Amino acid sequence: MQFGLTETQQLLKNSARDFFPAECPVAEVRRIMEIDGAYDVMLWRLLAEHGWTGMIFDEEHGGMGLGLVEMAVAAEEMGRILLPGPYFSTVFLAGALLNALPKNTGRNACATAICEGRERATVALLEESARWDTGGVRMQVVDGRLTGRKLFVPDASAAECLLAIVRAGDELAITQVHNAASGVSIRAMPSIDRTRHLYAVDFDQVEVEILATGDEAQRALDRAMDIATVALAAEMVGGMERITEIAVDYAKTRKQFGKPIGQFQAVQHQCADMLLLTESSRSAAYYAAWALQENAPDARTAVSVAKSYASEAYREAGNRAIQVHGGMGFTWENDLHLYYRRAKASEIAFGDAAFHRERIARMVIDA
Amino acid sequence: MDLNYTAAEQKFRDELRAWLADHAPQDWTGRKAPGHTMEEHFAYLRAWQKRVYEGGWAGISWPRQCGGRGATVIEQVIFTEEMARASAPPLANVLGLALIGPTIIAHGTAAQKERFLTKILSAEEIWCQGFSEPNAGSDLASLLTEARPDGSDFIVNGQKVWTSYGWAADWCELVVRTDPAAPKHKGLTVLLIDMRSPGVEVRPLRQMTGESEFNEVFFRDVRVPAANVLGAVNNGWNVALGTLMHERATLGAGLHIVYSRQFQRLVKLAHSIDRNGAPAARDPVVRQKLAQIYAEIEIMRLNQMRSISRISQSGAPGPEGSIQKIFWSELNQRFQQVAQEVLGPFAQLEKGSEFAFDDGQWAYSYLRARGNTIEAGTSEIQRNIIGHFVLGLPRSY
Repeated sequence: MQFGLTETQQLLKNSARDFFPAECPVAEVRRIMEIDGAYDVMLWRLLAEHGWTGMIFDEEHGGMGLGLVEMAVAAEEMGRILLPGPYFSTVFLAGALLNALPKNTGRNACATAICEGRERATVALLEESARWDTGGVRMQVVDGRLTGRKLFVPDASAAECLLAIVRAGDELAITQVHNAASGVSIRAMPSIDRTRHLYAVDFDQVEVEILATGDEAQRALDRAMDIATVALAAEMVGGMERITEIAVDYAKTRKQFGKPIGQFQAVQHQCADMLLLTESSRSAAYYAAWALQENAPDARTAVSVAKSYASEAYREAGNRAIQVHGGMGFTWENDLHLYYRRAKASEIAFGDAAFHRERIARMVIDA
Repeated sequence: MDLNYTAAEQKFRDELRAWLADHAPQDWTGRKAPGHTMEEHFAYLRAWQKRVYEGGWAGISWPRQCGGRGATVIEQVIFTEEMARASAPPLANVLGLALIGPTIIAHGTAAQKERFLTKILSAEEIWCQGFSEPNAGSDLASLLTEARPDGSDFIVNGQKVWTSYGWAADWCELVVRTDPAAPKHKGLTVLLIDMRSPGVEVRPLRQMTGESEFNEVFFRDVRVPAANVLGAVNNGWNVALGTLMHERATLGAGLHIVYSRQFQRLVKLAHSIDRNGAPAARDPVVRQKLAQIYAEIEIMRLNQMRSISRISQSGAPGPEGSIQKIFWSELNQRFQQVAQEVLGPFAQLEKGSEFAFDDGQWAYSYLRARGNTIEAGTSEIQRNIIGHFVLGLPRSY
């Protein structure tokens, strides 16, 4: 039993730690977040050249075929630097869904295009009910055409490959359509995380390709949502770790009453709690990644444990980091609000703590 | 990262499980041994440890030449888990096995090891820890109990408090001041004291649960031979710190199984307790709270696994034990509060009420949990340790 990174996982972590802060420092994050879709062509090219866009795809599509613990390692490093734009939805969300679908021409083409850095992808799930389970999916595909509205679609303006979760009669259906197809219109939903943009997507008699239906679609979506949720939890760990460092560094240098404020226990204890929240979130996220990879019997519970805990922990760590900074923490120029915003958006994405606690309850109380 | 147990670890678990199936007492009810008095209770635990020792399972983490098995840290956790899973009673000499024995192994002379270790394993001699004093709790290094050289002996005067097992102990790992002129951390020495020496007086200290787990111990002109100094004179702080590190690292090891079993029991009760005309287990608020506790118990287990993986690589417990200590103690307080809410008015009933669930277990656990964030280093001290030793913030005191 060894609950720690293997040598190759550690190497991956080290190379991610070298790559991301160098290629996407926070000044770049601030620049890119002002672009529509927070999508920067040059950054994307770099991500593809270094293999990050293909990391969890099969080698036959040009990917690296890495596992889910490796995915968590990379996500954590991306979360540290607030990697902006459509990477997460392209690889960890849409990519996970494509991987879980049966192989066919449309799916394979999209996977290859992502690996090669030619296209981006996203998943359109939520509708007006804003439910994270498929119970809220009402939109119908009729005779191969889609009409209706999807909300909270991440990165839709940059994602050539839109995977829309809809219904074919009573059955769930996973459909694929280009975001510039005739009848698709995309509007921004300006929201709290400036580094990852949300969109409302309207479909008017749009011709789509159906990739899967019924149980096959539900199984693929469940698997993809679990994987994306774990990736997000790991990304949140990276964010928490970074803001803890920022707060601790500030507490060591900022002086009041002639002393570094980190010498005061009230401040020390805030920092200690941030570490506790970070490390506990990390234990949960990595266990969930491992459990999903190994198809452990408690994998789905582990996913909800990780997401419910990280959802509250990241927000709480953000509160404390800003509190340690005093007034400086409340300014636009200080970077903490970028993390604080990301924390809130991440808390909401794929179900908040209450959503995942109810999922836990179904698995451990009702069982 | 591989959370599967190796074949050797699995074999260790299987052997222990088989041994426990044959040897763990069947009349242990979870908290109390059959019989009434504390002495009867303790004699029972002592007999149990003797059986564990004879089976070769006592002090498994100790080196082979000291009577242990040289078990890895992962095997130690497996041991704790299997003991909890079998609902086996605790071992009588828990402080000797987990804290004081390892400290003697690290700092003791050959003669001390020869004299003390086997009797710790067999529970022939029970040990207690003389650390805290009325005016030296969190600020342990300011303790005042003094040991004055007298020929080849020391003469000890002072008072200790919160001494678990003081009333049952044959020996005590005692921290004393030997150099009052030195800075407070530099003038301390650890002595191994025979609790039957003239001048040692043990008084019970009744806690809010009504039990007397702890004692006050008074020392009046107690004579201790210099051969019983553990480590070097005036190096007692380092010796004691080693003991405290073991305490934080190991105290929580099997707790997730204890909590997990209690949680399963609470869920079972929640299915039968009425809440607004339906089982409490279907109440959305109750479900949220129970799920939160489940998640935290699970995270406590996972933190523990990560921590032991780190220790198994670095070889020694470190300050990250403080995170574990904060986590399990604060979690248990939240857990017991949720249990009170789920069980409703019945939760307050104590042992002796015919209407109580589980013989008053829940009222007891609620009160006992209150001590968790104080014993073995308060949450405040643990956060200071994290702030200074892990995060590198300047010392506040």
